[in-house]
Amino acid sequence: MTDSGTKSYSLEARALECVRDDRTLFRDLAFRLEPGQALLLEGRNGSGKTSLLRILCGIRLPDAGMIAWCGTDIQRLGADYYQHTAYVGHRDGIKLDLTPMENLAMARALGRPSDMTLEAALARVDLYGFEDVPTRNLSAGQQRRLALARLLVTDATLWILDEPFTSLDVHGIRVIEELLEAHAQQGGMLAVTSHHAVNLQRSPVHRINLSA
Amino acid sequence: MKRHSLIRAFSLLIRRDFILAMRHRAEMANPLLFFILVTSLFPLGIGANPRLLQAVGPGVIWVAALLAALLSLDGVFRSDFEDGTLEQYLLSSHPVSLLVLAKVLAHWLITGLPLLLISPLLGVFLGLPAAGIQILFITLLLGTPVLSLIGAVGVALTVGLRKGGMILSLLVLPLYVPLLIFASSAVDTAAAGLPVTAHLSLIAALLVLALSLSPFATAAALRVSLS
Repeated sequence: MTDSGTKSYSLEARALECVRDDRTLFRDLAFRLEPGQALLLEGRNGSGKTSLLRILCGIRLPDAGMIAWCGTDIQRLGADYYQHTAYVGHRDGIKLDLTPMENLAMARALGRPSDMTLEAALARVDLYGFEDVPTRNLSAGQQRRLALARLLVTDATLWILDEPFTSLDVHGIRVIEELLEAHAQQGGMLAVTSHHAVNLQRSPVHRINLSA
Repeated sequence: MKRHSLIRAFSLLIRRDFILAMRHRAEMANPLLFFILVTSLFPLGIGANPRLLQAVGPGVIWVAALLAALLSLDGVFRSDFEDGTLEQYLLSSHPVSLLVLAKVLAHWLITGLPLLLISPLLGVFLGLPAAGIQILFITLLLGTPVLSLIGAVGVALTVGLRKGGMILSLLVLPLYVPLLIFASSAVDTAAAGLPVTAHLSLIAALLVLALSLSPFATAAALRVSLS
């Protein structure tokens, strides 16, 4: 988050195509994302939102086309791309048998550490006071918020979020929306799928509807 | 700075797996218990004939060690796959092969090392001579990491399948066979009072080969499994 404002990062999708079980989910999809912008993916269940996010992460290969980070194919960049990204998928990516602190410490070590302390990150998602409770004992919404707290402990520009608001209550949704807004304001980029309306008033939002 | 954070990620990953293993002690003890039970049931099953036991002892211990490793292998990446942490390794800014190596090292320390430490006792139990027990220990020391390293490739390939257990055995067991042959014949040879340098060198070569190739193969297999 700190140096992303000064460098001009960009994420670009060129002529993307995704085929799943002989069904073409999307084809000739192109977009460009710059610092401070958000990409909101919409569409029915099974329209390829998660597949597109996984392609953005480089976990899944597109059937045609490519994703470029600052003009270079992410498949060639590898770890040089991943130090700029943070992904919270459909699965939380946290260990239920570890405490929130242990989970965040691991998440921080896997990426490029940010300046925020682990306690501050927990406080940001309203989990202060739960540092040493086994994650298994937290509610589904609290576990989701812990997963999203991972975004804060690494210094990533591009946040790739798959249904971040799943199992969050109204208050939780507002907390996370503020987080997303703050990230975009600081020059971060967002790629989000969501069934909920995402309220980002101060940032430009691209909408792509995959079922259209 | 970058190297420092890589070392930190490496050690933290090992420590985390240790903490997880300590919170699941029963699961962790399972392979060790299996190893002890199988080897100690053999004398009861085939009779307490010292010469017979000495003859089958090395093979029995090695087969039991191999199956115990196979039993514990599925756990290397299974839970990481299910809770989504595996994706996080692949999206880490560190080389995936080194993170994989940390996982395998943790797996060996948790399941292979206890097995290694208890093996001299089981050697005594099967009536192996002192020279044989010594070589048994050395072969297990060199060989059990190979079991974990080769096994990791198989697990990485099958982790995306719902019932990968059978395929895992079929994939991995043939690769274990050379190790099994060299290791148990080394112990036999040593028990007969002959030099075993050639056997040990071969097992050490297998270890070096596995150590240098398996992390890359495992990382590539994980990518395939997750895509």
